[in-house]
Amino acid sequence: MPGYFLKRLGQMLLILIGISLVTFTLLFLVPADPARQMAGRSATAATVASIRHQLGLDLPFYARYWRYLTRLARGDLGRSYIQKSQVSELIASRLPATLLLMVGAILSELALGIPAGIFAAVRRGRKSDNAIMILSFIGVSAPQFVVGILLLYVFAVQLDWFPIGGYGSFAHLVLPALTLGFLGGGWYSRIMRSSMIDVLRQDYIRTARAKGAGGRRIVFVHALRNVALPVIAMIGLDIGIFMSGVVVVESVFGWPGIGQLVWQAIQRVDIPIIMGVTLVAACFIVLGNFLADIITPWVDPRIRLR
Amino acid sequence: MKAKQLRRTFCAAIAGLSICAATVATAAAIKQGGSMIVTYKDDISTLDPAIGYDWQNWSMIKSLFNGLMDYKPGTTELMPDLATGYDISPDGKRYVFKLRKGVKFHNGRELTAEDIKYSIERTVNPKTQSPGQGFFGMIKGFDAMTSGKAQHLSGITVVDPYTVRFDLSRPDATFLHVLAINFAFAVPREAVEKYGADFGKHPVGTGGFRMTEWTLGQRIVFERNRNYYHPGHPKLDRIEFQVGQEPLVALLRLERGEVDILGDGIPPAKFLQTRNDPKYKDMIVEGGQLHTGYVTMNVHIPPFDNLKVRQAVNMAINKARVIRIINGRAVPANQPLPPAMPGYDKNYKGYPYDPAKARKLLAEAGFANGFETELYAMNTDPNPRIAQAIQQDLAKVGIKAALKTLAQSVVIDAGGKKDQAPMIWSGGMAWIADFPDPSNFYGPILGCGGAVPGGWNWAWYCNKKLDAEAAKADAMADPALAAQRIDLWRSIFIDVMKDAPWAPVFNEQRFTMHSRRLGGPDAIFVDPVHIPVNYDTVYAKDVQ
Repeated sequence: MPGYFLKRLGQMLLILIGISLVTFTLLFLVPADPARQMAGRSATAATVASIRHQLGLDLPFYARYWRYLTRLARGDLGRSYIQKSQVSELIASRLPATLLLMVGAILSELALGIPAGIFAAVRRGRKSDNAIMILSFIGVSAPQFVVGILLLYVFAVQLDWFPIGGYGSFAHLVLPALTLGFLGGGWYSRIMRSSMIDVLRQDYIRTARAKGAGGRRIVFVHALRNVALPVIAMIGLDIGIFMSGVVVVESVFGWPGIGQLVWQAIQRVDIPIIMGVTLVAACFIVLGNFLADIITPWVDPRIRLR
Repeated sequence: MKAKQLRRTFCAAIAGLSICAATVATAAAIKQGGSMIVTYKDDISTLDPAIGYDWQNWSMIKSLFNGLMDYKPGTTELMPDLATGYDISPDGKRYVFKLRKGVKFHNGRELTAEDIKYSIERTVNPKTQSPGQGFFGMIKGFDAMTSGKAQHLSGITVVDPYTVRFDLSRPDATFLHVLAINFAFAVPREAVEKYGADFGKHPVGTGGFRMTEWTLGQRIVFERNRNYYHPGHPKLDRIEFQVGQEPLVALLRLERGEVDILGDGIPPAKFLQTRNDPKYKDMIVEGGQLHTGYVTMNVHIPPFDNLKVRQAVNMAINKARVIRIINGRAVPANQPLPPAMPGYDKNYKGYPYDPAKARKLLAEAGFANGFETELYAMNTDPNPRIAQAIQQDLAKVGIKAALKTLAQSVVIDAGGKKDQAPMIWSGGMAWIADFPDPSNFYGPILGCGGAVPGGWNWAWYCNKKLDAEAAKADAMADPALAAQRIDLWRSIFIDVMKDAPWAPVFNEQRFTMHSRRLGGPDAIFVDPVHIPVNYDTVYAKDVQ
């Protein structure tokens, strides 16, 4: 087991270095000059050159990347070109909001998707099954910007049940979490439905039925644990999908997370922030997958970690 | 000579006293108190006056800090601020300012002439990486300091704690404007040294407001500076800036009375509906803006090296249609200067929309069958739509322009390369004046100095004769020559249009939407140097 953890840790580190290299290369290739943007419209060529030198932008690619990596190893993500603050400080100030939204979104997508998937599987082929599948299709295909604005308009503006955007209380969390949950819920209900249908066809379920087990007992006691496997794997992957959705949802709802931070940084070519947020998001995705891998054998003892 | 200097000081003092009298009278009539909420989509990047250079923080910084000069609220009229008056030498190369006594920073220390010298030198110091450094190029010693050969500007001398002298390397009529821009605002050295690069998150100034809270990504809170040296100002006790607010959501909140000012303006998708709704009539104020949107034509890239082709482009663009695309939020432009800028020639007719004449000009230039070219534009709405409209207009006269809609920084980079972008639609990067003087619309974007790699003169237009005229106009530093100077600038811009390096398209109008709780003259809500509003002068009706 310790060998497995060490091996996975090594793999995770390699993945993160790979991601940092790819992101750094892409940002290096962007035909924009951050020094010029910082220097402003009144700057002389000498001023721009001076800023470029101070930021190390005049160094060759490998030297710039090595400098970034060595600083990263010391936990230094650099300073924002535009905001002038430490990137780590900017990310740290916004990370709790994103994590809170992530937890809210995962809970809401599970709460929406799992019961809907089970219900659709049990009622397979009936109208309610079709209705759920149509809803889940809308969930996975509707742009989150549209879903977010719609939820805001109906539940905040018209019904006045929730505040119109912002951050600070449980009420503020509900609509953004539901917007993300609507997408995830769509995926989970589809996966849940197909897994449940597969499991319900298996012999041990038939045996349980023959022994007189009731419908609910069969679904929740005998089938659910086996159905959970793809769902757990999905949560691991979901963090990656979630990280892209968070940029849109945080912007719509004025949620002060890292999605909003990176969106503004992209518009201003603030490379240290783009790099920092990409790496932090990558850490989450890698960790999410790792956790999913660890949990799987606990749910299904037939699976072993190697 | 001395009598002339004394007269200037006297005039400045009289002007200052009249403004003070007006301020006192206004202050007596309007009670201080109350608060407002302003929304912004993007987080505020910094509140450091040497660094902040975007339209969100520009006006906020003006409420936290002060400079030697400022503008009369709602106008482009200069007035002394931290200074009580100034003398200008007859050759226009020496300025002596007398400072107000008893002005205190938010940390309680009194402001002195040393702070003025320190603050401007800090902006000029290359280590600060200030985007405003270039504005101070006329001060003696600028080159030595920017090249790292000197630690101080030899052209700034502290005569005594309340007197500061500026020696310029050339007479420059824009110098008083330069002292009114944020980059010249006074900062206390001890606070800058305490916070270092984070000073922008811990601003300490002399302004009417002081910052009391900054929760990153959420809000910034300003509270009234009770020791402010302008009696009766500012009017509000508290301003909360809520950031991360999507403009559509902010509009919904304003309609419900939850916020007071839409920092980003009325969202384009809701503009017509909101503007035409009678119930919001008294909440929307329209005003001019020191902005021009234009198409640059690179005079080094054929066929734009041909004057007739450039004139044809000017006559091919249907500006009225382009303005319809942005819901009428602009007025057609026919010259580089916007109507609100001194020097604008209201009698100049420009190039009329005349596709037939445009085709004729192209034929005369040897392009009877048109030609193929590229039109660069920024990739955020509405710029691609505007560029498409221009593309269609050009196609009607035979010019097939391929659109290159790209990120802002990429377009700016392309414009700064001599042989890359034949045409650029300036939208999203267009020139908005740093200060209300026509000179600011020439040097960087139409003068030879801007036609360099990495420069902002994307037409790469360089007319040495006009450059000499511009230098002559800028050397007219004597306030008595102000009218003559503006006339000279007017003729310079009309001469530029004879060479047609640009096709001016429109001048944006500002539409500020505010809650009914806020009061103040309309001019305050569309103040030419404060966007979205002049925070120091708006007041809360609910405390009157």
